[in-house]
Amino acid sequence: MAISIEEVTRVAELARLRFSEEELRRMAGELEKILEYVRKLEEIDTSDVVPMTHVHDDFGTLREDRVEPRISRDEALSNAPDTDGKFFRVPKVIE
Amino acid sequence: MHGATYAEARCALENGETSCEALVSSFLDRIEKKNPELNAFLRVDAEASLDRARTLDEERAHGNYRELTGMVVGVKDVICRKDHLLTCGSRMLSEFKSLYTATAIERLEQAGAIMIGATNCDEFAMGSSNELSHFGPVANPHDPSRVPGGSSGGSAAAVASGLCHTALGTDTGGSIRQPAAFCGVVGLKPTYGRVSRYGLVAYASSFDCIGPFANGIKDAFRVLRVISGADPRDATSANAEPPKDSDPDGSSLSGLRVGLPQEFLDEGLDENIRGAVTQTANTLQSMGAEVIDVSLPMTEYGIAAYYVLVTAEASSNLARYDGVRYGFRAEAASLREMYEASRSGGFGAEVKRRIMLGTYVLSAGYYESYYERAQRVRRLIWNDFDQAFSKVDVLLTPTTPTTAFKLGEKMDDPLQMYLSDVYTVTANLAGIPAISIPTRTDKAGLPVGIQLLAPAFEEGRLLRVGGAIENATSD
Repeated sequence: MAISIEEVTRVAELARLRFSEEELRRMAGELEKILEYVRKLEEIDTSDVVPMTHVHDDFGTLREDRVEPRISRDEALSNAPDTDGKFFRVPKVIE
Repeated sequence: MHGATYAEARCALENGETSCEALVSSFLDRIEKKNPELNAFLRVDAEASLDRARTLDEERAHGNYRELTGMVVGVKDVICRKDHLLTCGSRMLSEFKSLYTATAIERLEQAGAIMIGATNCDEFAMGSSNELSHFGPVANPHDPSRVPGGSSGGSAAAVASGLCHTALGTDTGGSIRQPAAFCGVVGLKPTYGRVSRYGLVAYASSFDCIGPFANGIKDAFRVLRVISGADPRDATSANAEPPKDSDPDGSSLSGLRVGLPQEFLDEGLDENIRGAVTQTANTLQSMGAEVIDVSLPMTEYGIAAYYVLVTAEASSNLARYDGVRYGFRAEAASLREMYEASRSGGFGAEVKRRIMLGTYVLSAGYYESYYERAQRVRRLIWNDFDQAFSKVDVLLTPTTPTTAFKLGEKMDDPLQMYLSDVYTVTANLAGIPAISIPTRTDKAGLPVGIQLLAPAFEEGRLLRVGGAIENATSD
């Protein structure tokens, strides 16, 4: 089951990544090789196994749901590539 | 090669033979001399470290010592320090400044440690050789033509070459233990949840752990004791008592059961490393421990399950880098094009590969066959360890299948690179603590590490058994 260029293109769109034709071909080959290895998981009968989402049975450091001062607006904007002083600025969204 | 220990420095401080300022100065000198070749440190905070050292020396003048007064620490560049650059080894964050400080760093500073600078790593902690940093590879201090391991290669190389007492790394699938083995230092991956992840840039959140590198087990546990504990800012952090400083010198291991998982000793293993495991088992036996063969049959599926789960988590965690709020932005006419151009220009090849793999295994039609199946296998791996630990107290394994490989050797084959983590990823899948301890060097002079694993929150056993191995090795 080889991955098609169309499929890699679709995944790249989902991931908001862009590749050249040559990169797409290489990526298809690399992903296929990794997935072929990963498919060894199909050797195991997992039908009665509950998927594990967290490694410890009981966990959770809970705290009160209280608003605490964290960062100021200026700090929040300080790493932004583009702002108008109050908001993050991005290219035009509406045509 | 033997780096400096904090244990020795602490004695010298208390005896008045040195000062925090003198310690920092001597590390700064060594960094200046050694770092151009190693590339272990990305940035060094010379002035701030000296200032801090002088403040601590004033405290000392009044007889005030904290838990880690004068410990000089390197910090992997994925852990936040307020107002400091934080690059994650990536072009994406090459100009990013942290808005807050990680809990682990906060606790180290409160304990009197001095953060001397940021250490190099694979981009976003994704890699096993430290060749995937945007800021260039790190050289192995034992042989500069070889890799230091990854992803925390800068931290391992810095501690091995005596550029700092200890360093923080992160271990998502072996990224502390593998470089520790390659560089000949101690590397400790704590139980998942033992150390708060607040201020650690997320890679795979159900796996990520912060832990120490050190020249000796005692130093590693000194750091662990300070950085561990519950934190309201990380809901997955655990409120478990950290291990006390047991004194393993000369103590008997009578009654201790050590398991040797046969799946970790297969034909792919370097003979020298197999020899180190056998020798360590014999040593422990001679100290009264019982060595028992055990089986962890799911081991061979570890890498496959691991790469499905971590890439899935990574594809989600790294969605935040979109060129809007922080990080690299490429100019483009539309928002959609700006996202794509920024992410494509800001991320390196391996990060993109993992995001692609993760997006694929989470996408409609593949979720059950890849992601959910891997989650089920994760439980089976957890069960394997659970059963093994009903028979033995600790497990003894090799840390890596080979010693440090050549720079460039695995760069064209991602899967071969992934397979170098075969003995380390299962501890992350199960969330249990593990430590790599240097034992011997092979004929080429390269360090050989062995790994000990213990049940969740039983780091104390790693200290006890690891301490015994360390004493026997240094004799």
